[in-house]
Amino acid sequence: MSTTVYPTETKAAAGSNIDTEKLKEVASQVRRDIVRMVHGCQSGHPGGSLGCTDFLVALYFKIMKHDPAFHMDAVGEDVFFLSNGHISPVFYSVLSRSGYFDAKELATFRKLDSRLQGHPTTHEHLPGVRIASGSLGQGLSVAIGCALAKKLNKDNSLVFTLHGDGELQEGQVWEAAMFAPHNKVDNLIATVDYNGQQIDGPTEKVLSLGNLKAKWEAFGWDVIEAEHGNDMAEVVKTLELAKSRTGQGKPVCILLKTAMGAGVDFMMGSHKWHGVAPNDEQLAAALAQLPETLGDY
Amino acid sequence: MKKYTYTDKKDTRSGFGAGLLEAGKRNPNVVALCADLVGSLKMDAFIKEFPERFQQIGIAEANMIGIAAGMTIGGKVPFTGTFANFSTGRVYDQIRQSVAYSDKNVKICASHAGLTLGEDGATHQILEDIGLMKMLPGMTVINPCDYNQTKAATIAIAEHHGPVYLRFGRPVVPIFTDADQKFEIGKAWVVNEGVDVSIFATGHLVWEAIKAGEKLAEMGIDAEIINIHTIKPLDEEAILKSVAKTRCVVSAEEHNRLGGLGDSIAQVLIKHDPVPMEYVAVNDSFGESGTPDQLMKKYGLDDENIIKAVQKVLQRKGK
Repeated sequence: MSTTVYPTETKAAAGSNIDTEKLKEVASQVRRDIVRMVHGCQSGHPGGSLGCTDFLVALYFKIMKHDPAFHMDAVGEDVFFLSNGHISPVFYSVLSRSGYFDAKELATFRKLDSRLQGHPTTHEHLPGVRIASGSLGQGLSVAIGCALAKKLNKDNSLVFTLHGDGELQEGQVWEAAMFAPHNKVDNLIATVDYNGQQIDGPTEKVLSLGNLKAKWEAFGWDVIEAEHGNDMAEVVKTLELAKSRTGQGKPVCILLKTAMGAGVDFMMGSHKWHGVAPNDEQLAAALAQLPETLGDY
Repeated sequence: MKKYTYTDKKDTRSGFGAGLLEAGKRNPNVVALCADLVGSLKMDAFIKEFPERFQQIGIAEANMIGIAAGMTIGGKVPFTGTFANFSTGRVYDQIRQSVAYSDKNVKICASHAGLTLGEDGATHQILEDIGLMKMLPGMTVINPCDYNQTKAATIAIAEHHGPVYLRFGRPVVPIFTDADQKFEIGKAWVVNEGVDVSIFATGHLVWEAIKAGEKLAEMGIDAEIINIHTIKPLDEEAILKSVAKTRCVVSAEEHNRLGGLGDSIAQVLIKHDPVPMEYVAVNDSFGESGTPDQLMKKYGLDDENIIKAVQKVLQRKGK
């Protein structure tokens, strides 16, 4: 018989007093990390990473209660699952900048023998990653499982997820979307990176998402819309609002409108930078727009 | 030939149900999930005893695998239940990424495997599941042979850390293994010692091998019968030890001959001790509707076909 032994107290790090200006500084450094990582290996996904930077920085530096010492079982900690694993650059940068591992390791991204695989994995034991993602559409199910385990363990911390909007074309997302409200999984906040772009072009052209708010509501979710997902103050406000709506019998969904490539003018608003690395000149142009605030790795 | 008799017959899925209940009693972290097949998977007793530790998923197997993977984060030991086809082929990528690659402690429990599902026909009769599952790095693959062994295997996998595929079936079959057996993952069971031929059988084919062994004994052929309940990790030592004595092999399984137990054994033989070998397996085809007995006969998976394979391999050995 094996029973998990839970520590009575975890050193959960919730930087709840950090102000918006400081968060913006962190975001600037994270954006530098992203373009440098992708440039360093000449592959990876800068567009979605830049678009979700403000969300992930707010989550890890202000909203979530979490412990960078990293315990897989996350007892008493909030948990985040990245379902759209291709935006690994922003995930890795935020994890390292919030203390999960040394930022120097970001230089190994996508290179042989690295823990920073092209898509996140538990296989190389990188602190902060709890599930592999990359093949799309699986993260919401995993998050629901984690949320159910928390309920069984009488652990009232929260589970957060992030999904691409194009990812919603995967059927499994809707299996999970149907399941969570039926089972009152109300310790769950799922965010959709609503940037309107996917590899082959605008989502409206590739396969329309239709009225996403109406869809999630019809499935039984409490939906919050945020128009400016790259405005740090609005992102924080939205996440705090979402937290206040948990525990009321419904899972919470945030439709977060972002701009792919946000923060680097020539990468913004186009699907063209979904999975393309900048050359030396483009890197310099990008870095000129992003103040170095925490020191480059 | 050692004498095997039975006084009772039961389905292996009922062994799973009984094992699940016992595993649940032993470990409070054991949880069960089912995709709308509670009755078929015999999960009722577990649900009655531990209602809060059971999760009905609905007809959404991909979601079930993901939820099971997520529940391990927090220390749960999830057992998922549905038919073998929907447990593997339908959700291969979910198992690959969220369970196997993520090294999650999920037990994928699959009933109605193979032809003996019967009348529902080929859409439900998966004959490729062992191959699919054994190819996943880190996955343990178990196919027990009767009610008692399935129950013991279910209890054993709850105590084993890591992803497991447990395969069992629908029909009522003889119970011939001990009720209080200790199930050791990866350890083959010598059903009968013999010197002329090694018959390596798994799942429902073990009883067929015993029946074949009795008839072979009457014909003066002394068959060694070994139950390979764990296809991965394979008990190479037991296989090689037997082959060193008999110098020829017959494998028997309710699976496509491509990618199943036979192929795993052949790999071991090729590397260490090449001897003549014959497969008793489905010859790279889909199944069809019919009764389990009719299907096993038509697709060549009964005792008569094991005997034919033995005669063939003995001839090859003789040359």
